[in-house]
Amino acid sequence: MRLICPHCGERDRREFTYQGAAEILDRPSREVGNDDWADYLHLRENPAGETKDMWYHDPCGAWIVVHRDTVTHAVHSGELASEVRK
Amino acid sequence: MRYSGFKVFTEGLTGNKGWKPVWRDPKPKSEYDIVLIGGGGHGLSTAYYLAKNHGLTNIAVLEKGYIGGGNVGRNTTIVRANYSLPGNSEFYSHSLKLWENLESELNYNVMHSQRGLINLFHSDGQRDAFARRGNAMINQGDDAILLDREGVRQHLPYLDFDNIRFPVYGGLLHPRGGTARHDAVAWGYARGADKRGVDLIQNCEVTGIDIEGGQVRGVRTSRGVIRAKKVAMVAAGRSGQVAAMAGMRLPIESHILQAFVTEGLKPVIHHVVSFGMGHFYISQSDKGGLVFGGDLDFYSSYAQRGNLPMKEHVMEAAMTLMPMIGKARVLRSWGGIMDMSPDGSPIIDKTHIDGLFVNCGWNYGGFKAVPASGWAYAHLIATGEPHETAKRYRLDRFRTGRGIMDEEGTGSQHNLH
Ligand SMILES: Cc1cc2nc3c(=O)[nH]c(=O)nc-3n(C[C@H](O)[C@H](O)[C@H](O)COP(=O)(O)OP(=O)(O)OC[C@H]3O[C@@H](n4cnc5c(N)ncnc54)[C@H](O)[C@@H]3O)c2cc1C
Ligand SMILES: [Zn+2]
Repeated sequence: MRLICPHCGERDRREFTYQGAAEILDRPSREVGNDDWADYLHLRENPAGETKDMWYHDPCGAWIVVHRDTVTHAVHSGELASEVRK
Repeated sequence: MRYSGFKVFTEGLTGNKGWKPVWRDPKPKSEYDIVLIGGGGHGLSTAYYLAKNHGLTNIAVLEKGYIGGGNVGRNTTIVRANYSLPGNSEFYSHSLKLWENLESELNYNVMHSQRGLINLFHSDGQRDAFARRGNAMINQGDDAILLDREGVRQHLPYLDFDNIRFPVYGGLLHPRGGTARHDAVAWGYARGADKRGVDLIQNCEVTGIDIEGGQVRGVRTSRGVIRAKKVAMVAAGRSGQVAAMAGMRLPIESHILQAFVTEGLKPVIHHVVSFGMGHFYISQSDKGGLVFGGDLDFYSSYAQRGNLPMKEHVMEAAMTLMPMIGKARVLRSWGGIMDMSPDGSPIIDKTHIDGLFVNCGWNYGGFKAVPASGWAYAHLIATGEPHETAKRYRLDRFRTGRGIMDEEGTGSQHNLH
């Protein structure tokens, strides 16, 4: 599997560290209750098929949202997490 | 049919014509008291103990593929009770006791072999951690022996003890640990459940869960609608998709774990051995193949096949620890889908929907749990109360923060356990 870094292009999977589903970017506001925070931290869509997840590109230090397929291992695109969060 | 040495002998004399299929192939009925979703090790053992311990037999196990086609037939077959946290300790201890009697219980040869398991350590810090783990095992009533370097050498003379980076300092020996034949465990429980009247329905994919007014009513499947008073999810790596049919999200992320086997060799590795400084563990099957594995590929996947980086890592770790393995040729590799939970420990619980139960989060350690998980899940489904040995496996522990069981202390990230 080769992943796409917006800075460096298509790179070997060994250069990346995996964090988990990109759901982690939808951080709840501070005002919501404990249950929402617990759900945010622990619960996952866990899709079989298209997914978006967080990868760190070790050489350039970018956090990337990778759009890929969990069944075929096809990688569609990579976007900077800072852009996605805007 | 009861299996025995005598039976094998007489069948041998009469051309082996008397062996019959060991379970029926029934059509699904329109209604059951209990429907189990998933015919893996845990689904089958749950069905068996519902029938055996609770006298409930109007039960169907729905399996989308074939019995034994999931992780129960894809794992590296290690059976052990070397957990250290309350919650896990008593559960796996119970499971090992069930294993020790499983063959006579099922009248089926599951080839359970308590050949001893040795977890190696390579630093003072690791030695302390294993000493502590060993004490926890002994406190639980199980067995553990801390071996020094010379002690390990007596068991495993073939290791590279003086490896420049990772010299062997010692190992924690768990004499009752070992392996079993994975398919046989599935087949043995399947046969036992079928004999007691449970319907095992293969090629039957559950596609929906019917819920009315907060109460489960049954399931929709590729073979029609089946009504049920109770529905129990037990789909391991596919738990997320099954729970989604009930509108639930689970604290589960599915990851790929690979394993490898070499050509058959004469007996050379007599224990289960794990390396403490890289992802590598190994045992030798009774057929002679060296069966070994490592860690997750570390990203979520349903592909049932892994990628090259983890293969490379595992092979490197193997060569570092036991250079002799370089002479063996790898025949095959494969992968299975692991239901990883945020603390690395499982869930056996009710859900917020009446009559709907959940069993998942087995990470990469659910094979050894097959007997005790079925025992505890059957108890929960039959009585509505968690079983003594599994009462900490609550779904809500991630909300309350109470009773998190993170054996490896790696924190709340699914792929790190
Ligand atoms: C490579 C590898 C090595 C491992 N090594 C070990 C080890 O050494 N020791 C150990 O203790 N554990 C080990 N494990 C973990 C262990 O195999 C699993 O935790 C355990 O088998 C999971 O439970 P199960 O047997 O019920 O799962 P499975 O056998 O996967 O059963 C789940 C079943 O549910 C079915 N299903 C899913 N969705 C549906 C649906 N919608 N409708 C109907 N049926 C459905 C699937 O087809 C499947 O048959 C290993 C796993 C792997 C992959
Ligand atoms: Zn980059």
